[in-house]
Amino acid sequence: MSLALQTFSTVKDANAALQVSGTLYLGGGTLVIRAANEGDVSVSNLIRVTEPSLSAISVSNGKARLGASVTMAAIARQPELAPLAPAARAVGGPAIRNMATVGGNLFAPAPYGDFAVALLALDASVATEDGETPMEAFLAGRDAGRAIVTAVEFSLPRAESFRFLKVSRVKPKGISVLSIAALLQRTADGTVTSARIALGCMADRPMRAKAAEKALLGHKLTAEEIAPALSAASDGIAPITDPIASAWYRGQVLPVHLGRLLLS
Amino acid sequence: MELRKDYFADVRKDGLNEIGQPRPRLDSPGHVTGQTAYFADRNFPGLLHLKMVRSPHHHARIRSIDTSEAEKHPGVVRVLTAKDVPHNVYTILILIQIGPEDETVLADGKVRWKGEAVVAVLAETERAAQEAAARVKVDYEVLPAVFDMDEALKPGAPIVNEYHGRNYYLYDSGECRKVRFGDVETGFGEADHILEQSYQSSPIEHAPTETTGCVVAPEGNDRFTCYTNTQAMFFTLDNTSIILQMPGSKLHFVGGTVGGGFGGKVDVIVEPIAILAAKLTGRPVSFIYSREEEMQISSPRAAEKVVIKDGVMKDGRIVARKVTGYTDAGAYSRHSPYGAQKGAAHYPGPYTIPNVWIDTYCVYTNRTPSSAMRGFGVTIGDFALEVQMDKLARLIGMDPLEFRFINAYRDGDMKAHRQPTEGAALIECMQEAARAANWPVAEKYMTMSSYRKGA
Amino acid sequence: MAKVPVQFTLNGSEKAEFIESGTTLLHALRDKIGDTSPKGGCHQGTCGACSVIIDGELKLCCLTLAETCNGADIRTTAGLAQGGVLHPLQRAFLDAFATQCGFCTPGMIMAAKVLLDRTPNPSREDVVEALSGNICRCTGYEPIIQAVLLAARANSQNAA
Repeated sequence: MSLALQTFSTVKDANAALQVSGTLYLGGGTLVIRAANEGDVSVSNLIRVTEPSLSAISVSNGKARLGASVTMAAIARQPELAPLAPAARAVGGPAIRNMATVGGNLFAPAPYGDFAVALLALDASVATEDGETPMEAFLAGRDAGRAIVTAVEFSLPRAESFRFLKVSRVKPKGISVLSIAALLQRTADGTVTSARIALGCMADRPMRAKAAEKALLGHKLTAEEIAPALSAASDGIAPITDPIASAWYRGQVLPVHLGRLLLS
Repeated sequence: MELRKDYFADVRKDGLNEIGQPRPRLDSPGHVTGQTAYFADRNFPGLLHLKMVRSPHHHARIRSIDTSEAEKHPGVVRVLTAKDVPHNVYTILILIQIGPEDETVLADGKVRWKGEAVVAVLAETERAAQEAAARVKVDYEVLPAVFDMDEALKPGAPIVNEYHGRNYYLYDSGECRKVRFGDVETGFGEADHILEQSYQSSPIEHAPTETTGCVVAPEGNDRFTCYTNTQAMFFTLDNTSIILQMPGSKLHFVGGTVGGGFGGKVDVIVEPIAILAAKLTGRPVSFIYSREEEMQISSPRAAEKVVIKDGVMKDGRIVARKVTGYTDAGAYSRHSPYGAQKGAAHYPGPYTIPNVWIDTYCVYTNRTPSSAMRGFGVTIGDFALEVQMDKLARLIGMDPLEFRFINAYRDGDMKAHRQPTEGAALIECMQEAARAANWPVAEKYMTMSSYRKGA
Repeated sequence: MAKVPVQFTLNGSEKAEFIESGTTLLHALRDKIGDTSPKGGCHQGTCGACSVIIDGELKLCCLTLAETCNGADIRTTAGLAQGGVLHPLQRAFLDAFATQCGFCTPGMIMAAKVLLDRTPNPSREDVVEALSGNICRCTGYEPIIQAVLLAARANSQNAA
């Protein structure tokens, strides 16, 4: 069997075609074509959808909706999405950002998928024709899912409440040692009233640092007061080992980088 | 940058007129216009693609190979195993009488490292070749493997390579390359301080931007043109001639344009099997490593271990140096017996030491065979030697650069290999380095000279 | 194998081919059309040697299927020189010794061209960012960065 591409004008028709075994949805190609190039012969059919809504960005009433085919480059240059620009720009080089899509990033195995880490911290919901699924549940079930993701939706954070950090060994950018996204609500005196922290490379997919989130509540972002959260950051992590770093190394440096992000 | 022509002006004949002058590179116009022809830029009608079935085990006996399903796969033209290779067991350096032949083109009965080539599949498309490769069935009996040089040298360790029969290369000098100069034990006895340290390095992959590969086209008359990015054209041609039992006149190699090599393309790996495939199918053949193959399969720089024992006097003189070097060849020799020998020739570094003992071993393990990379046998040794020099200087409370001035070799000094030193210039380099870095060095060292001893 | 028609503009001239579905643009350009200036270094989207400009955007043609490029305007380094006169970037890569083995050069020049088309007077940081998806194993990058800055200066002097 050779590789073949089918193009559909509607998500509905494409979803039906996706049920055939050996079929994958083609987004920007940075995961699927890469696998085919390296000799993954498990996939023989690729499908894509040209429906314009998949490439749409809409922002209204503090909510952002990104079509699944929206690229990292499109997010980075959209002024209304400025708080997310650092996370979008953290993905690949310029050419990859012109290709890699929001939808694809949701499926990227660690060490990839930095943008999905940001979406997890933002508690985004993931839309398919079957409805909307919270990001955390979507990630947990993503391997079994057979429905095309059409969009992600989330409340746009105020710039000062959202922080993102990607750590690479290559400058100016490379593959993740780890990535961290944090959504923090604070009172006027700086006390944390709510926290959502998401980690990349600390499992095979983005995960939340729930113990660290809890440990931040009621505290200010000072070196002394965040110490318990940093100790708790490693709770439940199972970092990946790859040519970039070992699981041990990733685990060791996580509290260091989380500390830097919280104090930045 | 400043060009100083006054150094050694009286012992030089040239005017250094070219040095420091910008001259356009001859190959750049082709590079910037995209017209430079790399091997993979050649395309031929009817080109076949070769994909290799590789060992998933570090060490295993092959009980059986079943290629029947792969041969029936649509698009497959031919499947090659060890029995198709006329002279399957080879070693690159046999050309300069460094044997025994110890490596198989395609595995025969055994695999000795994870990634070793077992079966070659030729198909009309890359995809068909990949699919057919997945249908080759190899039945392995996994054997104990050894990954560490110390473990490999222990009695009772699994034997990696039966062609050697022991886990180290046997030189004409014995189990290692040896240098003996003066009497190190007497030197250690006289020394104020002894420092023994061990240094280790991991394998390093060259990661050239262009992966290893070749494209072969039959010319008719049983002659073959091989477009290749080898860094060792005639080595490859001669070894191919041996492996395929074909006269060299039947082999036409075209190369010289290499998309990054750094020593990683000096082995003879892709050309013999691709030429054999072209011969047996009568069609042009392309064999190009994927990026994963380049990173996992191509030879890296060898892992090394260097143990240095030094005797040093309070006044800064090193009076004895004993170096034991270990080069991890992986499962096969390739260039590593030569790499280990280069280490022996390089120690004790650019220093004049009256008592020297050097042993360097080439060790076999079940790791990816290592080979050449920029200064192999020397680069890791220099890392070890210079870290050791800093430690010695610290030990006796001396400035590390002044410590090197005291021990630097100078013209006329007898080296441990019994070659008198000529054209050393180390003193002068260190003086310029001290000036450039504003590193304070006592005046007596700044007036030293490499070729007027004691000045 | 199913063949599909593909039609696009390559460096200003119309190209039409029948290719097998699933063929990457890299293979289509190199093996069908004969423009070998995009190089296949990794086929993974990591090295940038296959960078081309599609409808004004930098893309990796090793990860792009040719049949998704119908109607596109594709630019490669092979089409940069006009009437035998080198593009300022090509000239600068020569003058600044920004090539060694040359394998990354066509991709580097494409990445730099997209930058200069949008940002005629880039900062050093802009250049580093623009080249961040392109790997060079020979030069250590500095001569390439200097070449792009040199080309930008040459452009602005010509414009003045």
